[in-house]
Amino acid sequence: MDGIDLTVHEGEFLTLLGPSGCGKTTTLMMMAGFETPTEGRILIDGQDVTHKPAFQRPLNTVFQNYALFPHMTIFDNVAFGLRMRRLPEAEVRRRVYEHLEMVQLRGFERRYPWQLSGGQQQRVALARAIVNSPRVLLLDEPLGALDLKLRREMQGELKKLQRHLGITFIYVTHDQDEALSMSDRIAVMNRGRIEQLGTAAEIYERPRSRFVAEFIGETNLLPARIVEQRDRSTLVDILGIIGRLTTHRYPQSEVYASIRPERIRLASSDEPGVEGRVWDTVYAGPVVQVLVHIPGTDEPLQVIAPPGTHLARVYPGEAVRLTWDSEDVVLVA
Amino acid sequence: MLAPITLWLLAFQVVPLLLILVASFASRGRYGGIVYKFGVHNYVRFLDPLYLDILVDSVGVAALTTAICLLIGYPFAYFLAQQPLSRRHVLLLLVVIPFWTNLLTRTYAWMIILRGNGLLNTWLMGLGIISEPIEILYTMGASVLGLVYVLLPFMVLPLYASIEKFDHRMLRAAYDLGATPWQAFRKVMLPLTMPGVIAGSIFVFIPSLALFFIIDLLGGARTILIGNLIHRQFTQARDWPFGAAASVILTVMSLVLIFLYVRFFNHETERVDA
Amino acid sequence: MGRWGKRLLGLHAWLVFAFLYLPIVVLVAFSFNASRLNVVWEGFTLQWYGEMVRDAAIVRAARNSLIVATVSTIVSTLLGTLTAFALARHRFRWKRWLEGLLYIPIILPEIVMGISLLAFFALVGMRLSLTTMIIAHITFCAAFVSVVVRARLHGLDRTLERAAMDLGANEWRTFWKVTFPLVSPGIIAGALIAFTLSLDDVIISFFTAGPGSTTLPLYVLSMVRLGVNPKVNALSATMLVVTFLLMTIAYLLPMGRRMRRAATGGQDQPGQII
Repeated sequence: MDGIDLTVHEGEFLTLLGPSGCGKTTTLMMMAGFETPTEGRILIDGQDVTHKPAFQRPLNTVFQNYALFPHMTIFDNVAFGLRMRRLPEAEVRRRVYEHLEMVQLRGFERRYPWQLSGGQQQRVALARAIVNSPRVLLLDEPLGALDLKLRREMQGELKKLQRHLGITFIYVTHDQDEALSMSDRIAVMNRGRIEQLGTAAEIYERPRSRFVAEFIGETNLLPARIVEQRDRSTLVDILGIIGRLTTHRYPQSEVYASIRPERIRLASSDEPGVEGRVWDTVYAGPVVQVLVHIPGTDEPLQVIAPPGTHLARVYPGEAVRLTWDSEDVVLVA
Repeated sequence: MLAPITLWLLAFQVVPLLLILVASFASRGRYGGIVYKFGVHNYVRFLDPLYLDILVDSVGVAALTTAICLLIGYPFAYFLAQQPLSRRHVLLLLVVIPFWTNLLTRTYAWMIILRGNGLLNTWLMGLGIISEPIEILYTMGASVLGLVYVLLPFMVLPLYASIEKFDHRMLRAAYDLGATPWQAFRKVMLPLTMPGVIAGSIFVFIPSLALFFIIDLLGGARTILIGNLIHRQFTQARDWPFGAAASVILTVMSLVLIFLYVRFFNHETERVDA
Repeated sequence: MGRWGKRLLGLHAWLVFAFLYLPIVVLVAFSFNASRLNVVWEGFTLQWYGEMVRDAAIVRAARNSLIVATVSTIVSTLLGTLTAFALARHRFRWKRWLEGLLYIPIILPEIVMGISLLAFFALVGMRLSLTTMIIAHITFCAAFVSVVVRARLHGLDRTLERAAMDLGANEWRTFWKVTFPLVSPGIIAGALIAFTLSLDDVIISFFTAGPGSTTLPLYVLSMVRLGVNPKVNALSATMLVVTFLLMTIAYLLPMGRRMRRAATGGQDQPGQII
């Protein structure tokens, strides 16, 4: 890990998003108490738990492979945490039934984990964690082993559950669609650092680094040159089109402009535009994806054309002129 | 947590072995004890044709046993690997069961069968195939039979493991490219199942050198191999230093084989993976 | 592979099975044979079993075998389990050495181990008795137990322990409530294997047994040298059945295959010894 500084708000759904090896699971494990940071502290509700072992922390984890105890019934699995705290049996029974009801698995108490499907096991793992009323629930890619349809369903269920219970969820995933749809805030991680922390909209529309721009959604990265920098605006030259952006100052004069494919359109005759030739069109159902080769660049420009527009009807080889609005450009280093 | 086992093994495994090593250089006392006059005379004795023969015979018997086990075991393991999964569990269990039962009693069973007036002879004579009982018991052949019988599962299990991992579609590809079944076997299947072949061979070869009582019981007084030789030094002949030297030689042979296996295995698995 | 090839392969396999089981069947069958000679069938009888049970020497040998096996099993299971845990859970500098040390009893030819212990006991002036035999048995059994338990530990899903801790169990309670129940089939299997190895052992027992400490295999060995004997038949058949039963239990332990698969995270295969 390269230095993480993160504050999680009470009751929020925070996702750690990033490619494999970026450190998101390690961060989660540090929070849970299974890894110790070399430097730094971890605080829960203001209390320093950095050196407290996992069983003394007020949080619970849903593991990637569920980790249900194979030698115990579903009931005993869910009851485990409560029994560790030596709650009276009557209370344990009440809570276990209540939570099994919550995940729609009432009636499965006497079964064993290997008798359940993947989705059912996942819900048991969830119930087993939540029944302890943790301050924070950590989820390590819990939906990874499920098929697509089931995954979508469970995403909705998890979000509903979180809102209903009000527990803080810290969720780890590498699937950006999952992150964008479920989270209040997302921390995009790369190589042991947090590259950007913000809401889904902020991350998508205002990526702060090249990595975030490329990792989230599709984008075009075009070489840009800073012409002039003023206090509240910057003049930038992108492929010959000069635009004015309200943006931060950038130290280098060579930066990249990130423009999302859906923000590029055909230039009308009185607008400045970039000349290019259509290289290929891909019919993608709701939209048409157009790849345009611009002289002087290596990669073709990706453009998403809404149905019915003139752009949606171009054919390969045709010459076009493209443009975009300056507000849709984000400069990244 | 590890102190007890380490101490125990050091005391009762390592020290005794070192003792043997040291004793192998000592000499036999007049009445059979150990006299601490050191030299390599015990090892030199092995250059004597009498003892060299024993060494050579031992290696020969072990090699023969291994070869027979391989020839019988390979098709058998192949058959097992072809069976549907449900059957395989049962069949493997059936292969392993005899292996679990007592070695001695199984050897004894062969004695019953192979005796001069034992089952086999009576049966053959009854069928009119022979007119006089054949002497099978108390020959080298019987020893080999006994060894093969006892060690066959050791060959079959590693072979099975290797063959099971083999992708049979490669054979189909070989046929497609014009190979005859024999060529496909020799050039595709055999090299790729070689780890199993080597493992099985080692698991058979090493015990073949050491299972002296099988050779004793089935091979009779005439058959002396290195195992029996060692046994004798510690019982009738009372020449402990010589027995120790023979043991050292036996151990070294085993270690060399294992070492070669480990080297081969690491090398081959890299090659096959690549 | 042609139809004939397949037929041939199947035939070969059945012949091998027949070969493997023939001596066992013969032995058990003839233990009920009224004839002394083990050649023709002369009627069913339990006479030999009766004589076997009344034979004082056999009873004594059985008692010795049980004592040695029980004590060896208990001690070696404890030692072996501790070792397996220490090796599986910790890293330390001389781990490799210890692993190597543990493999010595397994790969060393038994005769070498036997004579080395004989020499050792002679050197320290310890008279051969049941105690020396027990020491010998513990030495090789502990290594086997550690291998078996370690294999089971290795296949155990580590996140199960993390899950237990996450839910509030400290190390001690995690061990008792999660780790131990899941490893115990392996420990029991290891104990049963140790017991069987001890009961069946011939070579090492031969060299470390004192005059009054004959065990069943040693008794059979001495009797068998004198030729075939119906009481020995009965005894052998009994030993066969007992060891077979023990090992079957060790293999098919209470935990069903499904649960085993879940505990190892999906890696159960046919032929796996645990």
